[in-house]
Amino acid sequence: MERPTIWGLLAEFDSPSALVAAAARVREAGYKRIDAHTPFPVEELGAALGVKPTILPLLVLLGGLLGCVGGYLMQYYASNVDYPLNVGGRPMHSWPMFVPITFELTVLFGGLTAVIGMLALNGLPMPYHPLFNVPRFALATRDRFFLSIEARDRLFERQETARFLRELGAREVSEVAR
Amino acid sequence: MTVEPAPLAAPPVIEPGHTFASITDKISAIVLRRRTSRGWLVGFGISFFFLLVLMNAVGYLLLAGIGIWGVNVPVAWGFAIVNFVWWIGIGHAGTLISAILLLLRQQWRQSINRFAEAMTIFAVACAGLFPLLHLGRPWYFYWLLPYPNTMSLWPQFRSPLVWDVFAVLTYFTISLLFWFIGLVPDFATLRDRSPSRPGRFIYGMLAMGWRGSARHWHRYETAYLLLAGLATPLVVSVHTVVSFDFAVAQLPGWHTTIFPPYFVAGAIYSGFAMVLTLAIPLRAVYQLEDFITTRHLQNMAKILLATGLIVGYGYMIEAFMAWYGGNPYEEYTIWNRLTGPYAPLYWALLFCNIATPQVLWLQRVRTSAPALFVISLIVNTGMWLERFVIVVTSLHRDFLPSSWGMYYPTIWDVATFVGTLGLFATLFFLFIRFMPMISIFEMRTILPEAEVKEPA
Repeated sequence: MERPTIWGLLAEFDSPSALVAAAARVREAGYKRIDAHTPFPVEELGAALGVKPTILPLLVLLGGLLGCVGGYLMQYYASNVDYPLNVGGRPMHSWPMFVPITFELTVLFGGLTAVIGMLALNGLPMPYHPLFNVPRFALATRDRFFLSIEARDRLFERQETARFLRELGAREVSEVAR
Repeated sequence: MTVEPAPLAAPPVIEPGHTFASITDKISAIVLRRRTSRGWLVGFGISFFFLLVLMNAVGYLLLAGIGIWGVNVPVAWGFAIVNFVWWIGIGHAGTLISAILLLLRQQWRQSINRFAEAMTIFAVACAGLFPLLHLGRPWYFYWLLPYPNTMSLWPQFRSPLVWDVFAVLTYFTISLLFWFIGLVPDFATLRDRSPSRPGRFIYGMLAMGWRGSARHWHRYETAYLLLAGLATPLVVSVHTVVSFDFAVAQLPGWHTTIFPPYFVAGAIYSGFAMVLTLAIPLRAVYQLEDFITTRHLQNMAKILLATGLIVGYGYMIEAFMAWYGGNPYEEYTIWNRLTGPYAPLYWALLFCNIATPQVLWLQRVRTSAPALFVISLIVNTGMWLERFVIVVTSLHRDFLPSSWGMYYPTIWDVATFVGTLGLFATLFFLFIRFMPMISIFEMRTILPEAEVKEPA
């Protein structure tokens, strides 16, 4: 397949309701490489676009567990194996004293995983993206709602798809340069 | 006398008449369009002067050692620990607003969470300075971290002072991440609305290419909620660990089980007072009354009243247990607080923290911004006095009269404390000048238009 000359099409809508309705229709029509761009999270878009649940919670759980187990083992190793220091005849493995640091490291590793994982799964930082070539796309961070279809999509047909998007009530449909 | 009808619904969290565009423009204009005002320059100048005072105090401390402070045996913990506990407590309201109120789906948090989180970070930064400077040889602070070293030494993990290191560092990191992640979509707004090239470049770098993709928002919201879920127990744990510094000791007045909850409540109390101290001038100067409404002030006033009552309960239980426990040293500590050399401070503390907030029972006070501003200042002072009373009165009279003594702060103690106020204010002035002080994207979500309507 030859490389398409444009990145795709971008349709602009006035309200989140119009966008969600349009997104559902586009997906029904069989388009796969679609995305929406909104100034704030719109919950209903997930279902309309068929966004899959993210594995982020699982990653955070694993990160937290790593911090928890690693933190405890570090303390156990330091105070029992590597440098046993007996203070006042207290037991070496005085586990209640290890709880606060274990807890803090659980939170620290879980939190770092949440943020780094979110950025990595989203592919950020990404300073260049073709969508930024459309001047009106700047409104996606203000008050407009956008729907994009990539040219790589199997059903994509430059004129046909643009006409379809206009039929869905888009106020403007623009071609996105690469 | 006419009876006013009771309002049917709570007052709005945003004044009517706003649209997505007007919210965006109003908040971003503060950063992007407004010229730097004379008031800002004067405020920044004063804050910067006190930051220089801090630099001098720290510089001299590094040269001469902590002998320049008033600390000595028996009162080895003076202003440094008082300020540490006070500052870190102030931070707690920010996390409470951003994490706990988010999990409880309280919409009124949206317009105050951003600068409350900024307040948290700056307050924790100020707090973190004190234990470091108090180390004696601050340049060896990294010895507190567990890292492989040629001395094959480990920190003593059974010590609450090491727990502090982990708690405060984790708290700082998580607060910073939470704040930054919340800012990313707003940086994208500033990038797209900035009139200048450097502005577009810098905000563009900070926004990391955010383009509001639905898939991105989905992961973003998941990450944000998970962070909130992790931050919530973290807030409680941090001040609990700080209270362990005291409670794990044997000293009368410190060795009590009420300390963790009572410290956490006190932290939230002083934190909300600080949020009010900052919010009231901000909304007046930047005309933000339609975003930070009377309802916000009222809600914060109610939290202030509630946590104030918990703190009062803490004082009561301290005194009661001292009497009921029958330990003569504990009894003497309370008696000494009431009548000893530091008694005026204790009475001032009771006035500030227990008596003053009782006026918040009146709705007229809760809805009056000037009154709340004065109360918040009094509560901040009271909470600082509380930390002073806890640290100093317990240390200066312990088991043996032969080891009694007094603590008087020196000019360097005062300079360091005032200097951190300058550091805090300087950072805050920079923040309100260069970053959106209200979360723009979260404000958009509370408009009725943000709700998706079923197609007719």
